[in-house]
Amino acid sequence: MEQIFMKGCEAIAETAIRAGCRFFAGYPITPQNEMPEYMSRALPRVGGTFVQGESEVASVNMVYGAAAAGTLAMTSSSSPGISLKSEGISHLAGARLPSLIVNVMRAGPGMGTIQPAQNDYFQASKASGHGGFRTITFVPGTLQEAVDLTYLAFEYAVRDHNPVILAPDGFIGAIMEPVTLPDFKEIPETPDWAAIGYGKRGHINLIKSGGATEAEQQEINESAAKLYERWTREDVMVEAYHTEDAEYVFAAYGTSGRICKSAVDELRDRGIKAGLIRPITISPFPYNAFKNLDDTRVKYIIDVEMAIPAQMIEDVKMGVEGKIPIETVLSSGGNIIRTSDIIQKTEALVKEG
Amino acid sequence: MRTSLLVAGFGGQGIMMIGKLIGECVFEEGINVTFLPFYGPEQRGGTASCTVIQSDKPIGSPVSEELDVLCVMNQPSLEKFLGRIKQGGVLITNSSLVDIHSVERKDIKIIEVDADRLAYQIGSKKIANIIIFAAYMAIAKTVPIEKVKAIALTKLGKKPELVPMNRAAFDAGVQIAIASQC
Repeated sequence: MEQIFMKGCEAIAETAIRAGCRFFAGYPITPQNEMPEYMSRALPRVGGTFVQGESEVASVNMVYGAAAAGTLAMTSSSSPGISLKSEGISHLAGARLPSLIVNVMRAGPGMGTIQPAQNDYFQASKASGHGGFRTITFVPGTLQEAVDLTYLAFEYAVRDHNPVILAPDGFIGAIMEPVTLPDFKEIPETPDWAAIGYGKRGHINLIKSGGATEAEQQEINESAAKLYERWTREDVMVEAYHTEDAEYVFAAYGTSGRICKSAVDELRDRGIKAGLIRPITISPFPYNAFKNLDDTRVKYIIDVEMAIPAQMIEDVKMGVEGKIPIETVLSSGGNIIRTSDIIQKTEALVKEG
Repeated sequence: MRTSLLVAGFGGQGIMMIGKLIGECVFEEGINVTFLPFYGPEQRGGTASCTVIQSDKPIGSPVSEELDVLCVMNQPSLEKFLGRIKQGGVLITNSSLVDIHSVERKDIKIIEVDADRLAYQIGSKKIANIIIFAAYMAIAKTVPIEKVKAIALTKLGKKPELVPMNRAAFDAGVQIAIASQC
């Protein structure tokens, strides 16, 4: 397969098209503007539709409409824009409509800055809207992974009848690096559940994002809970790097994860047994990767995030169950984690003994 | 072997184009490479920079605290990033706009390229970045310069009317680089 040198947001957009996405609605916000820009050119060429909505709220509801009509649809935005879309994401989850939401994370809260960060961990993994729903949420560490996960996201969305979230930090969205793109998929026929009127089918479908009665709503919640439960058994994705003999284990995802990976190599060159657990799905979270660490060997877990205060650390704590002390190396505001900070912190812990 | 390059200047000087072209050429040579842009909310006039990392191993951090090469297109960028060049590293300046009299470091190699003035002489101030790009590639020697030229002119081919000027700019940059190494 041929490699090309491509920008993060554009590679994600192109992959979505190859995965069968034929509808995109969005509203501009840095640092993800390259995605709608790319879609505006590329989607019409394959018979798809691009809409720049009048707002984030309009855009996400257009995705709801397209998904309800059986089209693979997506939207993308960045942190404050995702907050605006969160009501619509909840409706997508409530109505169980396959779709992809991409959040190219920037610094927050509020306006924050337009620079990359990992401040939306909680939002992306636990509460992307009201009502206590869940999504599978991917956090790619390289552009190749972002491409592969975008492809997979549509498969999972269709499989589960549920929105999927891809949450690359802004560095992954902006970076250019070599990638191999997947093949074009055949566009599936309009699914039987789609709300497209009678047509030739002799029946109409009704899609709604809530129950008509208390009993019906509880049934909807219970069925969704079963799905979420299945994810925790079957769909957890995590990379364990040199953890087999590690005494100092980093917990990091996305760009922080790849930076930690080179820190592991550097520390091992200096004779320090470092390792990395890098979640690729943060929902479902790889609790077992942390639970299974040997607490007689691992001296510290070092949680590395571009978010202050740390967020993923809450899940790491749940996995570790108090058996191993946790330290942090953090940055925010758009400042990238410095490899030297990670190394200094680890060396200081080694000295302490 | 990992090398890091930072290119910096005003928004509008074609900083990103320099980094992207370098990335493209290095990629075509089969070397691992990342390009990471950094810019503020301003469309013009603010500071823009980008980092290009090249390595024979998979690239972890797409930025680098210590730089092998720094290319600066304006004075504020020199002041901001000078301290980050490694011992024995290289500083390439757009000497039309950058004054290096205040640089006290003796442990780095400095290459001055009068890029804006040369670009103006060739016919357009817009091609100053191509002169700097060519100078860098000629100094770095990671990719054969004829191959670089072919890749760059193809990438810049979207504006055919600028191709002759881009070619002249490229040659001028290479010449300066060669002269600076004599």
